[in-house]
Amino acid sequence: MRSYRSRRKWKNRIASLLALVCVLVALVPLVSILMEVVSRGAPAIDWAFLTERTKSSGAPDSGIGNAILGSLLLVMWASLIGLPFGILTGVYVSEYGDNWFGRTVRFFNDILANFPSVVIGLFAYSLIVTVIGFSLISGAFALAIIMIPIVANTTEDALRMVPNSLREASLALGVPRWRTVLKVIISNGRSGLVTGALLAIARVAGETAPLILTSFGNNFWETGLTEPVAALPLVIFRNAMSPYADLQEQAWGAALVLITMVLSLNVVVRLLTRKRMKLYKAVKKTWKERLSLNV
Amino acid sequence: MEGKIVTERLNAFFGEVHAVKNINMSIPANAITAIIGPSGCGKSTLIRCLNRMHEVVRGARAAGKVYLDGEDIYDPETDPVEVRRKVGMVFQKPNPFPTMSIYDNVVAGQRLNGEKDWKKLDETVERSLKLAALWDEVKDHLDASGVSISGGQQQRLCIARALAVEPEVLLLDEPCSALDPIATAKIEDLLFDLKDKYTIAIVTHNMQQAARIADFTAFMYMGELIEFGETKKLFENPVEELTEKYITGRFG
Ligand SMILES: Nc1ncnc2c1ncn2[C@@H]1O[C@H](COP(=O)(O)OP(=O)(O)O)[C@@H](O)[C@H]1O
Ligand SMILES: [Mg+2]
Repeated sequence: MRSYRSRRKWKNRIASLLALVCVLVALVPLVSILMEVVSRGAPAIDWAFLTERTKSSGAPDSGIGNAILGSLLLVMWASLIGLPFGILTGVYVSEYGDNWFGRTVRFFNDILANFPSVVIGLFAYSLIVTVIGFSLISGAFALAIIMIPIVANTTEDALRMVPNSLREASLALGVPRWRTVLKVIISNGRSGLVTGALLAIARVAGETAPLILTSFGNNFWETGLTEPVAALPLVIFRNAMSPYADLQEQAWGAALVLITMVLSLNVVVRLLTRKRMKLYKAVKKTWKERLSLNV
Repeated sequence: MEGKIVTERLNAFFGEVHAVKNINMSIPANAITAIIGPSGCGKSTLIRCLNRMHEVVRGARAAGKVYLDGEDIYDPETDPVEVRRKVGMVFQKPNPFPTMSIYDNVVAGQRLNGEKDWKKLDETVERSLKLAALWDEVKDHLDASGVSISGGQQQRLCIARALAVEPEVLLLDEPCSALDPIATAKIEDLLFDLKDKYTIAIVTHNMQQAARIADFTAFMYMGELIEFGETKKLFENPVEELTEKYITGRFG
């Protein structure tokens, strides 16, 4: 009995030790990437780097200001197109999707979520670029298509977390179904919706392949919807491939800027979800108290 | 006996499960009608058929007739939303809207239906909370969250919320099952005061509670209505053997 117990104890220890080792091994690439990007990117970054436009090798005061602006514009337009479609799809699937159409939408949504982004870029290329040329809007369109399934899935999950008792409470008050969805369900799941939107933005901010085929890149401060536009991932891609040391250094600087932006979005998401968990726990606690009163 | 709500051959299903079988019942106005029976016998399903909340569940359907003041609420012309405004409902677990304040919870029905006149809303809040015997306890923190108060207070908040849309009938599904005896007594007193103005149907698995507050009692067993009549008679002198077995605690 005792030997059995101590053997189990040992097994337990070995298992948790193994798990710890695996975690450390998995952390190695992550930490080394971060260290590499910071150590090689930081020297490139100064005020001019953040505010000047991209220039050719050897030009003084070269920067990535236009690429930062271009990435912000791309993400903004992509969100304007992608978020409404994604959110409405998620709302539909969660609240009205209990039929073959809802299941079909969910199925295609899952497929789209795992689609290679370069193929989506190719689609935007053949649909828009072949007509109006490399452009901000074609890039935003490609990114929006990548966002839609992500946002739809997180929206659906967030709304499914809203307890059924709240739906019933609202319906029983004689509130129509659509208004219940709009005012009660969405307002109770809104932090989940925000989280999903931010995750989708973080995801597309780093997309490169679809942008090569659509917004293409630009050395100037271009903001027009139908003009080619610069973007951080494109600067990283092109400069890293160039043979010039100064451009390669700029690629690392751009990488550091991009990673900082994406990581801060993730931190915001973390804070939001933690707040939601706290709220959830508080609700659960009042429930426990209530149940313990049950006589 | 002409009732406020009359059911005629009412049947309810969850997919293949036949949960409520062929019920003919007349719920009188301005009285409390209790529905008792062992758990799983179809009490909740029955009252959810009375305000068309049964069909909200996936795969659920009802057949038969339910007359509210002589009009069939299952008529294809009838809007279930209108039915639910006239027949309010309080659930087993208190379910205030967690993102809303106490104030907003009370007027949730009105506001969600577009009422914007603050004076009217203020009046409704005070009137409903007083009706639900909660006003004195919460009047100084109406902007606190609806889930920040005790379970018993939350349940009275839900009653106030149901009363705020000025229904004619109030259905309650084991409203005290999650509450302590003091909170339960408060709700029983409150229902007693409300019956002058409303028609009340309450599901309870607590026979003492039915005996204490109900004018009429219905006993259900395995989806069927076994016996229905004046509470005193049903408890002291039941007609059916099953009823007697149940109220004397010989099964259930
Ligand atoms: N959502 C549901 N899906 C399938 N069957 C259900 C569902 N809800 C209740 N039932 C079944 O219907 C019957 C009646 O349930 P219910 O009305 O909740 O009983 P009670 O309220 O008297 O405890 C039970 O046999 C139960 O298993
Ligand atoms: Mg029940």
